[in-house]
Amino acid sequence: MKLAFHHRPEVPIEAEVITPEKLAGLSEAEVSALPLQYGNERVPLGEFFRVSGRYEGEILVEGDLSRVKMIGSGMSAGRIVVDGDAGMHLGVGMSGGEIVVKGNAGDWVAPDLSGGRITIHGNAGHLVGSAYRGSAMGIRGGEILIHGNAGNEAGNAMRRGLIAIGGDCGDFGGVNMCAGTLIVLGRLGARCGASMKRGSIVSMQPAPLLPTFGYACRYEPLYLRLYLLHLKRLGMSVGEAHIEGPYRRYSGDAIETNRGEILLLDA
Amino acid sequence: MSHTGRTMGSAIRITNGRVYDPANGVDGCVQDLCIQDAKVVAEVPADARKIDATGMVVMPGGVDIHCHIAGPKVNLARKLQPEDKRLDVVPSTPYTRSGSGGIIPSTFATGYRYAAMGYTTAMEAAVTPIGARHVLEELHDTPIIDKGFYVLLGNNVFLYRLLKEGRREEFREAVAWWVNATKAYTVKLVNPGSDELWKGRRNANISDLNENIDQFDLTPLDVIRAFIETVNDLGLPHPAHIHCNNLGHSGNATTTLDTMRAAEGRRVHIAHVQFHSYGGEPGKNPTSRGPEIADYINSHPNITADVGQVMFGKATAMTADAPLAHLLKGVSGNKWVNADTENESGCGIVPFTYQEKVYVHALQWAIGLELFLLSKDPWRILLSTDHPNGGSFTMYPKLIRLLMDREFRNDEIRKVNQRAIRKTILGDDLAREYTLSEIAIISRAGPARALGLKDKGHLGVGADADITIYEDDPDREKMFSTPRYVLKDGKLIIADHEFRADHEGRILHATPAYDPDIEKAIRPFFEDYYSIRFDNYAVSDRYLHNHQVIPGQIIPAVQPQ
Repeated sequence: MKLAFHHRPEVPIEAEVITPEKLAGLSEAEVSALPLQYGNERVPLGEFFRVSGRYEGEILVEGDLSRVKMIGSGMSAGRIVVDGDAGMHLGVGMSGGEIVVKGNAGDWVAPDLSGGRITIHGNAGHLVGSAYRGSAMGIRGGEILIHGNAGNEAGNAMRRGLIAIGGDCGDFGGVNMCAGTLIVLGRLGARCGASMKRGSIVSMQPAPLLPTFGYACRYEPLYLRLYLLHLKRLGMSVGEAHIEGPYRRYSGDAIETNRGEILLLDA
Repeated sequence: MSHTGRTMGSAIRITNGRVYDPANGVDGCVQDLCIQDAKVVAEVPADARKIDATGMVVMPGGVDIHCHIAGPKVNLARKLQPEDKRLDVVPSTPYTRSGSGGIIPSTFATGYRYAAMGYTTAMEAAVTPIGARHVLEELHDTPIIDKGFYVLLGNNVFLYRLLKEGRREEFREAVAWWVNATKAYTVKLVNPGSDELWKGRRNANISDLNENIDQFDLTPLDVIRAFIETVNDLGLPHPAHIHCNNLGHSGNATTTLDTMRAAEGRRVHIAHVQFHSYGGEPGKNPTSRGPEIADYINSHPNITADVGQVMFGKATAMTADAPLAHLLKGVSGNKWVNADTENESGCGIVPFTYQEKVYVHALQWAIGLELFLLSKDPWRILLSTDHPNGGSFTMYPKLIRLLMDREFRNDEIRKVNQRAIRKTILGDDLAREYTLSEIAIISRAGPARALGLKDKGHLGVGADADITIYEDDPDREKMFSTPRYVLKDGKLIIADHEFRADHEGRILHATPAYDPDIEKAIRPFFEDYYSIRFDNYAVSDRYLHNHQVIPGQIIPAVQPQ
């Protein structure tokens, strides 16, 4: 199935309906009639998208969708490919399946993710895989792969799962992290891991650390090698030196349980 | 009495309903009810609109005597928990406005959810004088229900000074002035004496009613006595509403009994008494002294109490008892807020979850049920969850089922921490099941009587036409969650379970007489110690909107039975 975005909206659209569960089994006309939230109005999907074909395991969405929010909301299976940019809240509440974005993604990639994989070939905005404001827990599983850079607060309060960023990551990466893994092949921003309880933050570059992180040891963690080989197989630019290590381990955040870690490649 | 802007309904006859009106001795009689405009009347013209209530249960609208639904602390708790609101969006309908739900619903959603449960009156139980303006603004935005609030004076520095200097006459005038200045319904005391200590010294609190309150040469007992006496002398419609000292601490039943004794036969209301019925050593695990407290209340007709039942699941501790909030924060490990309210009070908010398997939580739940099941006078041990402290008011239907359905109650008892159950009498398979009439008392007639609301809580001629009609269902939780019809002031708000109209309820307040000269004594204190000028402090009448002054009643002290 192909959804071609044919004109740019004045205000953002909320497109919770663009998800395999809601489109499967529908004709082109039925899909065109599904509602989108456009500002304070409900409009039929056909007003912004040209629909062709039926859903057979993949939804291809074409165009500049940077103002289209909530694509892939709640999906549990199937595949969505966005040929262009995607808007905020991509894959919110996703529990399975795959979303591939060929361009950039907006803020709040995959809040409440519990399974499945999201791959962004460009850059992502702030709060990738983050907990919603006020929640004690962020993503509870799944994988988010960003080939470009990510903004601030990636992996805020994440509880489980993997977030990999090919480029640099903004400030407060892994803030409040409960568990899980945040791998940044580029640079970490300021105050990474602030208030983290457990979990791992990994970077291939030197990073400014908070004083509440203490040097523990220099070693070659086996699990990291497995993770990095996995990322390499998925097409991320993981180098031989990354896989070999060794890494300097810093434990923190000492104002919490001090059971989290930041691993920095010791080149 | 000013009934400004009261919405006029038309004539309605509710036919063939089984009417539960305990205040008038009507216990499930099938009879018609006639309504003209906003009142129950003896007869209506033949062409009056008919509501067929055949096979249904008709009761007065519910009256909540103790809840926290408006004002600065409630708003702070809303802001503290956006994650709770996100998953409970309340869309608008042709008749109602949008909002958000969760454990502390937005103002509009609060009014609608009370109404949707058949409640038509609710009293906000703790308002600092300086927060009264905000409370009135929020109550104005809380639709359908009538509402009022209790003003916190029990930790007021100026009033303490008057007591310290033995100026009892002026104390009385000042209390009356404060009730008028804030548009309050009655006076609330929270953990009297402790806030000043808490604010002044690290982790200080009061644990004994005979302890000295720093710098005032007063004990909490002096303060409690003075307020009970004064509020009775002023003849406010509802007596002093007291949150006793040592809430939540093991062994606090002693303090609670001392507080009740201090009334010496005068009227007093003890708030969320479940939280004050614990045995055991301070600092150690609590045990139950629920039966002892229930006995004392049973034999002292001057005392009314609401239970403050704990319900498992999400809650939010929200209190003027700042040291308690600090204690709870240590237990929950959750985010929290603690605040100081100038010379008047403290404040603490802690999101909290009660869990069935946790000893203390299960014990609290069980003590609440003990109090209900041992109550000999349903007119005086009243239904509340101290919303949102023990659980949301939307849990009332489930609580009603626990009281009415022995089998269901025993099933629930088996699910919780058994070590806690063994400390209570709940393991004895108590036979008592509340009747519909008793439910009508603890949720309507009793609170209305305790509040001195002569036109509410009953369906006699002249009563406010606040009426709820339920479809009879053996599942009492389902029955009380979704009334078929709800009328407010004679207006059909809900029909066939759906909203059919919006309505602006009234602010209920008291206006005890006072000598205006008292302002001369209060003013200098303001200019010296408050962040706000005296002339800007009293709330002007325009904040009242739709309102009704409830006349006072002087009730003489009584002897125990």
